[in-house]
Amino acid sequence: DFNERCAQCSEVNWGITDGGRFYCRSCHNVTERTREVVNTDFISNTRVQTISKGLRKQEKNGESCEWYVCEGFQLVLKKQAEALEALGVCPQMKDEVLCNFWRRYLQKSKQAYCNRTAGEAVQALSVCDSSTDVDSEPERPSLLHLLSLSESDGDLPTDCSFASSTSKVSESTSVCSGSVDGSLYLMKNQKEKLRMTMPMTLSFCYMALLWLREPMTLSELLRFVVEGHIPYFNVFLHFPEKMKLYGLDLKIFCVESWPAYEEVYNKMLELAAFLDLPRFPDITDSCFLHPNLLCMKYLMEANLPDELHHWTCRVVKKIHVGEVDFLTLVPGNKSTRSVKYDILAVAVIIVVLKLLFLLDDHYEWLLSDFAEERNKNNNEGGPYFELKKWYKVIKCTLDAEQKKLDEEKAKDLWRCDKPLYYSVEKKAKVLKRRQMVVNLQNQFGKLSGSLRPAEKPKPSSFQLRWSEENADGNCFHGHSLKGILQEKCGLLTARNPEYWLCTLKLCSEKVCGRAAHYREMDFPQSYHFVLRLFAFLLRIQPSYIHNEVCVIEHKLFNKKLCRKPKYKTRLKR
Amino acid sequence: SSHEHKLNFGKSKEMCLNFIQDAMLQKQWNRAAEFLTFYAEALEKDFSRDYMGPSEIIWRIGTEILCHHSHSGMKEFNSFIEQMKTFGVKRYLKVCLEHSFHLLCNGLVDEAYQNLSLAESWRFGEHTAIRDKEIKLIQAYKGLLDYYSWSKQKNILLEHDEDEFEDLSVEQEMHSYFRKAAVNLKEIIKIPGVWDIFVKCYVDLLEFYGDDEEARQVLSEYAYNSKFPANPNAHVYFYQFLKRHGESKKSLISALKILHDLVPSHELMINFNTMLQKSKKRKNRRLGLQVIFAVLDYAGWKENVKAWSCLARQVKQIVISDKHPDWIEQEWDSRKDWWPAFHFSHYLAKKNWQENKSLSYEKALVAGIILGKDCKYFRYVSHQGCKAQAKKFRILKKFVNKHIPVHLRISG
Repeated sequence: DFNERCAQCSEVNWGITDGGRFYCRSCHNVTERTREVVNTDFISNTRVQTISKGLRKQEKNGESCEWYVCEGFQLVLKKQAEALEALGVCPQMKDEVLCNFWRRYLQKSKQAYCNRTAGEAVQALSVCDSSTDVDSEPERPSLLHLLSLSESDGDLPTDCSFASSTSKVSESTSVCSGSVDGSLYLMKNQKEKLRMTMPMTLSFCYMALLWLREPMTLSELLRFVVEGHIPYFNVFLHFPEKMKLYGLDLKIFCVESWPAYEEVYNKMLELAAFLDLPRFPDITDSCFLHPNLLCMKYLMEANLPDELHHWTCRVVKKIHVGEVDFLTLVPGNKSTRSVKYDILAVAVIIVVLKLLFLLDDHYEWLLSDFAEERNKNNNEGGPYFELKKWYKVIKCTLDAEQKKLDEEKAKDLWRCDKPLYYSVEKKAKVLKRRQMVVNLQNQFGKLSGSLRPAEKPKPSSFQLRWSEENADGNCFHGHSLKGILQEKCGLLTARNPEYWLCTLKLCSEKVCGRAAHYREMDFPQSYHFVLRLFAFLLRIQPSYIHNEVCVIEHKLFNKKLCRKPKYKTRLKR
Repeated sequence: SSHEHKLNFGKSKEMCLNFIQDAMLQKQWNRAAEFLTFYAEALEKDFSRDYMGPSEIIWRIGTEILCHHSHSGMKEFNSFIEQMKTFGVKRYLKVCLEHSFHLLCNGLVDEAYQNLSLAESWRFGEHTAIRDKEIKLIQAYKGLLDYYSWSKQKNILLEHDEDEFEDLSVEQEMHSYFRKAAVNLKEIIKIPGVWDIFVKCYVDLLEFYGDDEEARQVLSEYAYNSKFPANPNAHVYFYQFLKRHGESKKSLISALKILHDLVPSHELMINFNTMLQKSKKRKNRRLGLQVIFAVLDYAGWKENVKAWSCLARQVKQIVISDKHPDWIEQEWDSRKDWWPAFHFSHYLAKKNWQENKSLSYEKALVAGIILGKDCKYFRYVSHQGCKAQAKKFRILKKFVNKHIPVHLRISG
């Protein structure tokens, strides 16, 4: 790293231009000092000495170079960090936090920055036809075997035509992968070393965001990925020309699934433990990720009255989910349940809705009518909140947005113009197919008048926006809850005296994988509706939120549940 | 687990396909085309052994869209189809054939012919039995177009006066088309299948050139070879041929007998019954009764005067001659439970009388003979008829009164 003071402003705040030169971030003074390309994008490989038989050969025409899989991932992370910075995340993430996490990972997984142990001779299949080098390796795996071992997503393993051509490959070692160690990467059981995958890059990003306590939840991060603001799909487009990608690299770097919340999250936990990270910076009540603040955000987005915030804070306090020790991540601590901030926040909101409105497909509508009646004689400033009106507005919006989202998902393009192929024999076929696809897209695009537009939607934290300035009265933020509350001893309490538990008994997460199982038909439609609403905002399945709701309810009514051995489906609060 | 809800490439394309299908069903061709552009990349993962993979789906959907979209013309269609041909060796011949159909539907006969010729000479891909059959089919359609050209030349020839000079070239052309057509048509009809149009054209050619033997052989094979699927039309063609060539009643009857077995409600059954009634052989007359009863089992014939008059004539004839009344009994036995309601209800009596007096006369005759003078139908119609002072109804009434109804004999 470059630590000299800037000639112009004496600061030590360096960045790197596209040309690879150092420039001062404070005064934008560009130096002549360049970083070697190898250093920026590639790690200097301490492994070189241990690679047997001089596998490092350069292609004669110098158009490709040898690269290792972890170098590829490093590039991916760099691009992702840059994208996050463009979205407003602080630059520390890219320059410090993520870098350090990554270096530590490389160290721990013994891919760099360490001395290789003796038994770790790299048995990589080479890029070039090096039949002289890799003669009779007794355990050289066949390509077919490697394909079947990989857990990666999508249909890549079922590429029958590829499989049929592999019989020849074990003889000649031509083109198994562009990277030097692609086959090795897929082959060994790397569980103890936490093998890097594409979804795991997002785990890294999220971990860094969490460390910095950036105001971006995991669901937001994943949404930005799907919307195309963060490189993930076809990320190899960002690889430099010299890094050729083919064969088994495809299984490693080509993604054909949308990133899944649970997977990214769980990997993050694993990663944090693997890296032996200490306790993360505290999540206090002034952090965006604190349930009080997140609830506020989601209440706004769901067009619910601001007054509900008071209630969410009460619930948060009562079940102690607002405490620093509860919210802060301590890696490796398996005794406490780790926190999914976004899901927690929306679950709290749903519990509050159940507390106030019951949501049994009956009482909430009565209450709404009651509020409507009271609204007629309402002399106060703002109207009382009527659930019916809210429901109509939100349902309309939700259905329209969901439909839009479904259409957008159906229009997702997974492939791109840079063709990828498993082997040179396949190249011609792949190119031909690609050409055909492009022709079809052109022909039918012209016909429908919709040649693919290049613009992505602008990234935004809020998917739904409601404004009180709109004359149509569709914004419920300022509405009062007084219509559904009553005064008792000078305090406003809920009219609703009852509550129903989503589940009487929680499953063990270790056994079942989750605390509760959701079936839409078992629950009231109003409940399903609010689940659906927040599931849309978070882009996850309703069952995940339901899961969290069950856990919260059990915390909230813990005493009552313990006290009364006979269960009732409804509780008096 | 997180894997359940993970949407992958395949599912994403499935969603896309659903949108395409919805748009097509609602005839929103623009929208369908738009989604097709997003579906196209499914080709890049077309490794499936599914019944219908992405390339076939794209071919068929693309064809539909281009057929219906207002901005799409033959040029776009042809260019699309040419692409589809180059992609997917196994499907090449099928695409060519369907392309030809499309060209024919748009009146581009020459282009269709060229297309078929090109396809015929295509020699790539694996040599399979299916491919052989597809080539034969292509050749057959080519033969059909040759027949069409032959037919045109023939008409020109027939219209001309005796002008040798002009006619010579026309005649030569005509013969050349004949040869080409005959060769191909002959081949396809050897393969078991339903080849109505090919057979008809081929027979037409043969008959024109006087090769009746061959024509007869072809039609007979087509109708009677058990390897061929049961096809009523085959028997119709054979019958028509026999009739054209003045064959014996016996052969005509045997040809129509099979048709009766296959399609009892066929319109030729009326002719059949007429023929059989006139026959001297008892078993033929018996068959005739069976045939006409079978025809009237079908709702489509309920109000057909001719059919009823055939039945009436035969039934009356049997009663008068008093020979084989058991024939009627036998036919009636399986029908006694449902024919009265089906044909002879009071409602139908009124309806028939109002709409078609001849029909009601014939039906009343049958009803009166079989069910007796007290049956609803007969009573109503004969009453109405006598009221209207129609002479024949009075005769009818007298006739029926004279004879014991058949149905009583059955129970008796």
